[in-house]
This record gives sequence, C-alpha cells and structure tokens, in this order.
Amino acid sequence: MARDILLAGVILAGFLGLEFTGLGSSGLLDFAIRFAIFGLLAMSLNLLIGTTGLVSFGHAAYFGMGAYSFGLLMQSGGWSIPAAIAVAILATALLALVVGALCVRLSEIYFAFLTLAFQMLLHSLILSWIGLTGGDQGLMGGIPKPAFWGIELAKPAHLAGFGMFCLLLSVVLLRQIIRSPFGAALRMLRDNPDRAGFLGLSVYRYRLAAFVIAGAFAGLSGVLMSLYVSGAFPTFAFWTTSGEAIFMIMLGGIQVFLGPLVGTAIFLLLNDWITALTEHHGLFMGTILLIITLGLRKGLLDFVMEWRAARRRAAP
Amino acid sequence: MSGGLLELRQLRKNFGGVVATNDVSLRFEPGTLSAIIGPNGAGKTTLFHLITGKLPVSGGEVLLDGSAITGLDRTEIVRRGIGRAFQVANLFPSFVVRDALAAALMAHAGRTASLARSFPPRDVAERADEVMELCGLAHLAGTESRHLSHGDQKLLDIALALALDPKVLLLDEPTAGMGPDERWRMIERVHGLWLARGLTLVFIEHDMDIVFKISQSVRVLRYGAVLAEGTPDEIRRNPAVIEAYLGEEHAL
Repeated sequence: MARDILLAGVILAGFLGLEFTGLGSSGLLDFAIRFAIFGLLAMSLNLLIGTTGLVSFGHAAYFGMGAYSFGLLMQSGGWSIPAAIAVAILATALLALVVGALCVRLSEIYFAFLTLAFQMLLHSLILSWIGLTGGDQGLMGGIPKPAFWGIELAKPAHLAGFGMFCLLLSVVLLRQIIRSPFGAALRMLRDNPDRAGFLGLSVYRYRLAAFVIAGAFAGLSGVLMSLYVSGAFPTFAFWTTSGEAIFMIMLGGIQVFLGPLVGTAIFLLLNDWITALTEHHGLFMGTILLIITLGLRKGLLDFVMEWRAARRRAAP
Repeated sequence: MSGGLLELRQLRKNFGGVVATNDVSLRFEPGTLSAIIGPNGAGKTTLFHLITGKLPVSGGEVLLDGSAITGLDRTEIVRRGIGRAFQVANLFPSFVVRDALAAALMAHAGRTASLARSFPPRDVAERADEVMELCGLAHLAGTESRHLSHGDQKLLDIALALALDPKVLLLDEPTAGMGPDERWRMIERVHGLWLARGLTLVFIEHDMDIVFKISQSVRVLRYGAVLAEGTPDEIRRNPAVIEAYLGEEHAL
C-alpha cells in the first residue's frame, strides 16, 4: 500500500516535470487525463457490477454530480481546489446514499431501471434549473484553478499528472476495499445473496455501502472531468455516459480487477482513431463493440485470464 | 459446542387450503442422530423450512433448549445455533473453499464491516482450516467452489453450516444425486462429524439402507403428519410404515 502511494507520487512528479523536459506532447497529455477520468469512472462502476453484482445503468448521475458541485463551488469563489474536491465528493456520496437507499432493495432489472430513472431525473433537473446550472449551455465561464501545493492545474501536464495521481490512488483504495472483509461480503452478495443473508449479512446495508462508495469515486471522476473541460455539461449526467462506462467494463472484463482500465484504454483509442477516420463514428464504434462482445463473450482481460486458467488445468 | 434439544410442538403450516405440516410434535434429544423419512410431498423439507424460519409457521412452536425460536428472523435462528445444509448445494461459486468458509465465519461473527484489514485474517483462516480438516476438504482449500465435484459441493455446503458451530444441524438429503459409492463415503463423513462434534443431527434421506444403518431414531412423515417414530428396528416392524412407505423389501 505504501509502495503504491509512493508510485502515485512518482507519477505525479513525473508529469509535473514534463513541462521542463519539453517531452509532453499535448496528444499524450490529453489522452492521459481522459484515461484517468474514464478509467476512474469505469473502475468505480465495476465495484457495483463486478464485485457486488449490481448492474447500475445510472452511474453517470454521480459523475455529473461531482462535476457540477465542484464547478459551482469553484465559480462561487474563495474555495481551494482540495477543499472543493472533498466537498464535491461528499455531496456526491450523499446523493448516492439517498438514491441508493431507494434502489438497492430492488434486484436486477428493477434496480437497473430505477438507477436509470434517478439519473434522468438529475439530468432534467440540470437542464431546467437554468439559474444555477446554465441549462443546456452547461456551466459557462470557465472554472478557476488556483495553484495549490505547487500544482497548477491550468497547465495540461500538471492536470494530467494530477489525474493519474487520483486514478492510481483510487485504484489502490478500491483494491484494498475489495480485498478486505467488507469486500468479501460484497462478493458473497454477488455470488449468493440468499445464503449470505442466511449467514447473517445485511444484504441491504452492504449493497448500500457499495453504492455510496462507488458513487463517491464516480464523483471524483466527475471533478476531474470538470477540470479538464473547465465547465460542466448536462451530457455528463446523460444515460449515454453511463452506457460508455458499461461498455468500457464489458470491453476490458469485469472479473479481473484492472479489466475496466484496459477497457477504458481500448475504448478511448478506438474512439480517437475512428473519429479521425470517418464521420460515421457511431456506426463503426457500434460494430466493433458488437464484434468484440459477441466474439469473446466476455471482456478482454477476463478472456485472457480464463484462457490461461484453462491451460493450467489442462497441463498440470 | 455440544448438542441442543430441539422440540416441535403442534407445528402447523397451511398453504391456502393445503395442510403441508399437520400438528407435528417431535423431540430431538441433545446429541442424537435422527433420520426423517417419508414419501415425496410428505412435508419433510417444509418442516426444515419452518424450523429455520425460511417459512413462517401457521401455528405451533419450535423450541431450542427450551426457549421458543418460532417467528424469529432466520439469521437470528442461525445465531441461536440451528445450522442447515441444503438439498441442492447452496454455495458461493467464485470463492475458493478456504475463503468461502472464512467468509461464512466472518459474516456470522459480524466482522465483515472492516475495510482496513486483509481478508481472511489469520485467526479466521485457521478456523476455516479446522473445519476443512474435519470435513475432509483440506486438499481442496484453493479450489473454486464452482469447480468442485457434486459430492464435494454438498460437503462444502455442510461445512458452511458447520463453520457456524451449530447445536443442531439439519441436513436435507445429504446424499441426493450421488452414486452408491459416493453416497456411502458421504454418509460416513457425516457420521464422523456427528461423532466428533457431538451435535444434534437430523437428516432427511431416501436411501433406507443408510437410514437404518446409521440413525439412532427414525421419524416417518406422511401427508404432513407424523406417521410413526422409533428406533430403526421398531420402524421396520411397524405395519403402517411398511404399508405406506417401506414396502416388504426393508421390513423385518
């Protein structure tokens, strides 16, 4: 754990140092920050889908909530970035607590659709509360980025480094959560909620806790997004954003811990290449996703790990 | 933990107009090994559902060591000391055997709220190892539950119940779906557990050779009511049981 945090620090320092070396091409930095944002979103969603067995279609609500609450705090003036991040994550966790309390009692398809419904509710609220959110124009006017601890997020290299730092820190925390007794309880709920309840676990409380934790990490991802685009837009909380996060997880694999990150990288690279090649972007993207999903029947890392496990069993 | 006294008093269960359990009164003495037999639909599994709180009773009482557990939450009933294994193994497919047992132990002890420690903590892993040893699963400690053979899955199911230190253990057809050899291995294992732990063991079984070989007493259910009870020899001589269920093949 200490080693991982050190590594995160080194990465941050590395990106901070990029501006002095002149190596930081803008394309790479741009990719790094987007990878951090969507990787974190996908990893947080996979705590629900892969670990707890709860398929949420409304995860973008917390992405949007993190982005808007952070953006609004910074625009209101007087907030330092770390304080605003902490409050934005807290606000997002609170939203996840309220929504989760109503949703996690339901199972499977009902759960999925209720989370989707709450997300669309938030989306409509953002659109119609123009005085606060700017409606469909989004949060305009830019987000001030005062320097803190020697980090200036207005510089792309610093922003990319900070994003990667947040991603790595979150990945370490999520890994600890999954490996802890609490994580074991979540996996029991995924495998067999009936027997887990029989053994004395409160299915409701543990699902709710997972929902809130996943929401909080998605909130942090939303914060990074609003820093990246220097604003916040209603699409952050639209169902397509939830759908993209689910796609990333499906591409990379849900059973292997780092699967969602692999999926995020594939998704972003595909997206960039296809956008550069053709204007019929959705058509090609959809076809490729369809081929991968139907061809492998599982995410890439899941496929590789199962293939290796099968080979090990075959040749003792 | 030693065996508990399980008493059923005038236990009743109606499903609409159908009486699935009809005023059943039974007494299972501490540390005894008893079989419940009866034709399909006699209400054997329903009886287990009522004892464990999986189904609410329509009337009557269940007592463990003299205190009523009727109507308690099924988790609380487990805490009081009634364990149960299922007819179809009811497992955590992605858990390796040791982790499944450790997770069951921690869930039961209310120790799963911790985020900071690693799973499984050493003391829990050691207790899981003891249970595996007892059940003959030690060589499979690192195998995922879904990759176990049918017999080993049933064994793990029993081990999960046993991990919680029950005073009374209910086994619903521990040998269901097994071939003859595997069946006997299983029942010897169960018999050994009973000897080692001294708990009160009640099992539902269709194989009469097994029932008459190992059980101390036998209860026969038919149409949800108790048709007869007694030692294996008494049951094999009972004309009503022979006519209703056993046939001449197993009669003395």
